[in-house]
Amino acid sequence: MKETNSLKVETHCFHCGDNLPETAYFAEDKQFCCLGCKGVYQILSDHHLSSYYLYNDVPGSSQQKKAQHFNYLDEPGIAAELVDYTDPKVTVITLFIPVIHCSSCIWLLEHLYKINPAISQSRVDFLKKQVSITFKNQEISLRQVVETLSAIGYEPLISLQDMIKKQRTDHSERNLFTKIAVAGFCFGNVMLLSFPDYFGLNSFEQDFKNFFGWINLAFAIPVLLYSARDYFISAWTNLKNGVLNLDFPLALGIAVMFLRSAYEIITQTGAGFVDTLCSLVFFLLIGKWMQKRTYHYLSFERDFRSYFPVAVTQLKDGKEKPLPLNELKTGNRILIRSNEIIPADAILLKGEAKLDFSFVTGESLPVEKVLGEIVYAGGRQLNGAIELEVVKPVSQSYLTKLWNNEAFCGQRDPIKTFSDTASRYFSIVLVAIALAAGLYWISTDINKAVASFTAVLIIACPCALALSSPFTLAAVLSIFDKNKFYLKNTAVIEELARIDTIVFDKTGTITNPDAAGFDFSGKMDKYERQLVCDLARNSGHPLSRELVKWLNLRPQFLVEQYKEKVGRGISGCVDGHEVKLGSAAHLGLNTQDQGSVVHILIEHHYCGYFRSSQRWREGFKQLALKLGQQSDLHLLSGDQDHDRKLLTPFFPRTQQLHFQQSPQQKLDYILQLQQTGAKVMMLGDGLNDAGALKQSNLGIAVTDDINNFSPGCDAILDGAAFKKIPQLIKQAKDAVKVIHMSFVISLLYNAAGLFFAVQGLLSPLMAAILMPLSTITIILFTSLTARFYARKNHLL
Amino acid sequence: MNMIYMLIGFSILLALLFLLAFFWASKSGQHDDLFTPGIRILFEEEDHQETSNEEKSDEDHLGR
Repeated sequence: MKETNSLKVETHCFHCGDNLPETAYFAEDKQFCCLGCKGVYQILSDHHLSSYYLYNDVPGSSQQKKAQHFNYLDEPGIAAELVDYTDPKVTVITLFIPVIHCSSCIWLLEHLYKINPAISQSRVDFLKKQVSITFKNQEISLRQVVETLSAIGYEPLISLQDMIKKQRTDHSERNLFTKIAVAGFCFGNVMLLSFPDYFGLNSFEQDFKNFFGWINLAFAIPVLLYSARDYFISAWTNLKNGVLNLDFPLALGIAVMFLRSAYEIITQTGAGFVDTLCSLVFFLLIGKWMQKRTYHYLSFERDFRSYFPVAVTQLKDGKEKPLPLNELKTGNRILIRSNEIIPADAILLKGEAKLDFSFVTGESLPVEKVLGEIVYAGGRQLNGAIELEVVKPVSQSYLTKLWNNEAFCGQRDPIKTFSDTASRYFSIVLVAIALAAGLYWISTDINKAVASFTAVLIIACPCALALSSPFTLAAVLSIFDKNKFYLKNTAVIEELARIDTIVFDKTGTITNPDAAGFDFSGKMDKYERQLVCDLARNSGHPLSRELVKWLNLRPQFLVEQYKEKVGRGISGCVDGHEVKLGSAAHLGLNTQDQGSVVHILIEHHYCGYFRSSQRWREGFKQLALKLGQQSDLHLLSGDQDHDRKLLTPFFPRTQQLHFQQSPQQKLDYILQLQQTGAKVMMLGDGLNDAGALKQSNLGIAVTDDINNFSPGCDAILDGAAFKKIPQLIKQAKDAVKVIHMSFVISLLYNAAGLFFAVQGLLSPLMAAILMPLSTITIILFTSLTARFYARKNHLL
Repeated sequence: MNMIYMLIGFSILLALLFLLAFFWASKSGQHDDLFTPGIRILFEEEDHQETSNEEKSDEDHLGR
C-alpha cells in the first residue's frame, strides 16, 4: 500500500498535479511538469511561502499556457479605468482571478506582501474569485502587481467589459437584506405584543390592549412603507400596463390589511391584523431572496468585449505603443504576438499568419493567410508575431457586427412563468369573490359588508401562492448547481421545461476540444511509435498534431527527406527508416477510410492505422438518442461538412444538419424555427453562436472551464455535465409539476380561509395562524418534493 | 403595573439598537462575502517575528 502511494506521488507534478512528461523538471527534491510550475515553486520557496503546498495537495494550476503581456497597464488611461481608488500614495484595485479554487489560493493571495512589501494588503473574495489589492503606487506599478500575480500562477482576467465594477455598484442584495431585517424585526415584536390579546385580557387590562395596539400600528408603518414598497411599485406599474401579476393581489391584501388594522386600532374596535401583515411581508421577502440567491458569480451577459483584449500594441513611427481598444481606428498599424487575438478586421502586412478561428467560426482547423489578405477579427494567432493594418473599426468588423443585430438591441420578452399566468385569473376571481361577499351583506349590515369584503382580500392574499414558485425553483436551482449546470435566473427552469426543439453547435459543443484520442489497430513496438511520433511532429496538420500530443513521446530522431502532401499524408526518413503516414489513397492501400484515419507504412511494411476517436463528448450518442425521442434535433456548424457522415446516425433527420453556417445564418435559422412555433434551446460555445444563443428561447453555453469566456446566454453548462441534459430537462419538467401541486395546496388553504371570510367571521387569530401555517406547508412541500424528484432523476 | 410601559419601551429600544447594528454591518459590507472569512480563520500564523513586524507597518500605511 505504501509503495503504491509513493509511486503515485512521483508521477504527478508537485505544483499542479498533472502527469509528468518523460523527463520532468527538478527543483530541490520536487518534480514538475513544466518550467512554469517549477518557476512558481521557486518564487514561493524563495519568499518562505511554501505553506501554500501544506493546506492542499497540488493546489496549483497548470502553467503550460503562456503568460500575456501586460504593457498596456502602464497607460494611465487604461489603468484609471480599472482601479477602484487611487491617491498619490496608495492604489486599490479589485482583480478577477479565475483560477482561485482552494484555501491555498486564499492563503497565498493574502500573503502577497511577503513577495513584494509594496503590496500592503490583499483580500480574497473566494466565491466571486476576486482579490482586492492595496499597494503603494510609488514603489510598485499596477503592471508589476499584475505581473507578480501572473508569476505565481494567478493571472487576473482583465477585460473591457469589467463585471467587477458593476457588481460593486449593485447593492440590490444589501437592500433586500435590510428590508428583510426590518420586516423580521417588526414581525417579532408585533407577535410578542399580539399574544396577550389572543390569550385574552382581563377587563382591568384594557388599557394595555390599546397601548399594544398603538405600538403594533407603529411597527406596521415601516413594514408597509419600506419593506413592502416594491410590491406596491410593481403592482402599480403592471396595472398601468394592463397586466395583472401576482404582486397585485399581494399589494391589495397588504394595503387592505393595514387600513383595516388602523381603523380597528384607532376606533378601538379590534386588534387588527398587524402580525399577519408583518409575517406576510417577511415570508414574501424571504421567498424573493431565495429566488435571487446566486451560488456562483458567473457572468451571463458577456459579449465580444470580454473576449477581446483591453489594448493592442500599436506600431507608430517604428515604436510599439499600447493602445486602448476603443481608440483603435481604421488605418492603424498593429502588432499581434503569438497567442493574441486580432481585435478588428485588418490586412496582413508582415509575418506568417496562422489563425485559430474555432471560437469565432466553428472551423476546427487553423487557417493560414498570405500577405495582403483580409484577416477577420476574433482569430487567435498561433505562429509568431504579425503586423496588420486595421481596415474596419472594432464595432463594425465581420464578427462584432452581429451585436448590432436587433436580437441584441432592446429587451427580450421576459420568460412567461406559470405564476404570471395563474395570477391573472387568481386576481380577477379574488376581487369578484370579495365584491360578491360585500354586496351580499350590504343590504342587511353595512359593517358586516365591509368586514367580509376586507376579510376576503386579507385571507386570500396569495402568500403561499407567491412562495411556491420561488421555493421550488430555488431548490431546483441548487440541485442544478450541484450538477454543474448554472442558470442565470429561476425563470430559465420553466423555460427549459417547455423546450421542444434542440439545436446543437458542433465544434466545442458536441465535440470535446481537448480530449481527442486515437484508437490504434495493428502492431507497433515502442521504437516504431517513436519513429511515427518524430515524423508527425514536423507536420502542422491537425491530425498530426493531435497524434503527437496523444503519443506523448519526446523528440529523439531527426527527420530527413521530409515531404508533405497537404491534407493527404507525410513521409520522411527517420533514423534510417522510411516512414509514411497518411490516408489509404495516399499510401496506395486498398481500403476505404471511415472518418479520420492515419495509416502507417514503415519500410513498406503496413503496421496498421490510427483512427481518431472519442471526439464526441462523453455520452453524446445516448444523449442524442434520448433527446431525439421527445424533441426535434438540429445541428448548426460553422465547420466544413467532413463530419456529416459521422453525425448522420445521431440525428433522425439528415436535412436538419447544416454546415458552413455564418453567425448571422445561425441566428436566422433559430428565428425561422421559432416562427413555426418551436421553443428552441440552443447549445453553443463560441462567439459565432452568440447570436443564436441570444435569439433562442433558451441559450446554453457549453464550456469545459466555467471561468473561461462564454458568450452571453441564459445558462452555462459544464462540459462534464453534458451527458446529463435529458435528466436536467426531466427535472425542470418535474419542477413545474411541483409548482402546480403546491398551487393546489395553497388554493385549498385559501378556500378554507374564504369559507370564514365571506361570512364575516374571520378573526385576527385565525388569520395569524392560517397565514404562517400555509407558508410553512408550502416551503416544506416544495423543497422536499423537488429533492425527491432530483433523486429520482439521479441528480442527487 | 405601569412599570410594563417602561419595560416595553426599553426592550424595544434595545431591539432597535440591534437593528441599527445590523444596518451598520450590512452597510460596511460584512454580509457581502460570507464564505472567505470562514476559511481565513483556519490559517496558521507562522514565523511570528517577521509577520507581526510587517503587519504593523502595513496597518500604518492603511490609514487612508
